[in-house]
Amino acid sequence: MGNTKGHLAGRNRYGAVCCAVLAVWIILAVCVPVFGPYSWSEQNARIQNLGPSFSHLFGTDRFGRDIFTRVWYGAGISLLVGMASALINGCIGVAVGAVSGYAGRAADMILMRAADIIASIPSMLYVILITLVMGAGVFSIILGLCVAGWIDMARIVRGEIIRLKNSDFALAARMEGIPSMRILFRHLLPNAAGPAAVNLIFLIPQAVFTEAFLSFLGVGIAAPAASLGTIIQEARSQMIVYPYQMICPLVVLCVMLLALNGIGTLVEERIAGVRCE
Amino acid sequence: MLRYAVKRIMTGILSLFVLATVTFFLVRLIPGSPFMSGGVSQSVVEAIEEEYGLNEPLPVQYLSYMAGLLQGDLGISYQDPGTSVTEIIARAWPLTASLGTAALIVSLLAGTGLGILKVMSRKKAVGHMISAAGMAAAGIPGFAAAILLLLVFSVKLKLFPASGLYTLSSYVLPVISLSLYPTAVITRMMANALAAEMGKEYVLFARAKGLGRGRIVLTHALKNAFLPVLSYAGPAFAYLLTGSFVVESIFTIPGLGREFVDSISSRDYTLILGLTVFMGTVVILVNLAADLLAACLDPRIRRNFAGREG
Repeated sequence: MGNTKGHLAGRNRYGAVCCAVLAVWIILAVCVPVFGPYSWSEQNARIQNLGPSFSHLFGTDRFGRDIFTRVWYGAGISLLVGMASALINGCIGVAVGAVSGYAGRAADMILMRAADIIASIPSMLYVILITLVMGAGVFSIILGLCVAGWIDMARIVRGEIIRLKNSDFALAARMEGIPSMRILFRHLLPNAAGPAAVNLIFLIPQAVFTEAFLSFLGVGIAAPAASLGTIIQEARSQMIVYPYQMICPLVVLCVMLLALNGIGTLVEERIAGVRCE
Repeated sequence: MLRYAVKRIMTGILSLFVLATVTFFLVRLIPGSPFMSGGVSQSVVEAIEEEYGLNEPLPVQYLSYMAGLLQGDLGISYQDPGTSVTEIIARAWPLTASLGTAALIVSLLAGTGLGILKVMSRKKAVGHMISAAGMAAAGIPGFAAAILLLLVFSVKLKLFPASGLYTLSSYVLPVISLSLYPTAVITRMMANALAAEMGKEYVLFARAKGLGRGRIVLTHALKNAFLPVLSYAGPAFAYLLTGSFVVESIFTIPGLGREFVDSISSRDYTLILGLTVFMGTVVILVNLAADLLAACLDPRIRRNFAGREG
């Protein structure tokens, strides 16, 4: 790669910032609702729509709930949805891609055509219909995200497996008489781990974004539970009078997405760099 | 080429069929009847359900729906009896289409321009700034951008109208919030493709011939770098349509996206079904057209296909 040392150091610093932000976000999402002085759901009519202050860092909403606590509770739900669905989609994608790439022929044809068909329909539409059928909630959003979320991963893993299948080391393994399942799991898949990992990381912000989008439309996480999208949606009706009620969760969400995307981009660059060498 | 086209069109038709079928059954699975609200007696509900053919067995409903679909009949809205779904689409689509087209043009122009600038610029800072802006635009959700733009430019500064789509200036904020993400994607694709083209031998030859960098990029490399951008047409349309859900409801524009959001909250099943099928069809057709166009322009796609099959 043509990267100079200084450039690489800059990228490393940037990566460290992204990782640190994500770590802080996770710690806050776990600790604030558990150890904080306020409940994320308890309403208190005497402290409605307070501005930001020392006792309520982000102020309170129109039901007198502490927004700081709610935002971090919501960030936790958003991260949970993102990571759980990324993990499930990653597993489905690796399985489908591995089978499709290694078996070839009819299995490959059927699986890839199915993927083409699912991918050609905008996935947001499925997710909305599934949340309508299953009722709004964390589970139905994760299910909806898993309808189409695995396709990129499957295509990437399939491409890698096809490339590796005919390489010298795979041929050598086959000549040794190693069973094909073992070749696939011990020799081929570990070599496809790089691109798969990049895709897995990018699945998280995609899922967080989709969940926030749906909750903002009112078909995602429903009250009393709350994700960042729900909190933004709730603040919308009075956003002109109390803009901070909306801006606080909005900023937390954007910083989270930027950090996740940043980590993904850097891992991608690094893996591309290793491959070139 | 013909074999590729036939195969691609068959996949497209199959996608349309799967889309209509899955949507139909999912919508029928949604719990509760749309007519159960407001203390209506059971006999009235049954009478209405009979009128809409909801008392028939599911396969019969499915067949009559598919038959209607082939004739372009998407049924009648539940919440707004007397208005057919086709009429609602005909009313709302022009607004959404004009917004989407404007956003598409803006993001194509801005994305191509920024991509060229990033590759051509000798200053490192320019490249870094474009990358950073791209990451921000790709990372910030469209609805967040729309809300912030609305708060700053309409509410605080009062530069642009906050709702409706009557004058040219009311297009500005919705189009910006819709085009941020596609612009970031096109910029990155353009810059990567151009950088890859610049390393090729024909570029070296052009340089040896004495052509300037600008000439090489604009007359030689740009043509070849456009192909990957073409493959983004389908995803871009999907993004613009789903993006219109939030952007139209934030800027109160009575387009397709807002109709869809309203139909969800009022549980208007025929409308949900009709709009989903319509939007899915648009995206599938755009994907199809983009793939066929790419195969027309690039012989390698056709050859790869022939090689794989034969």
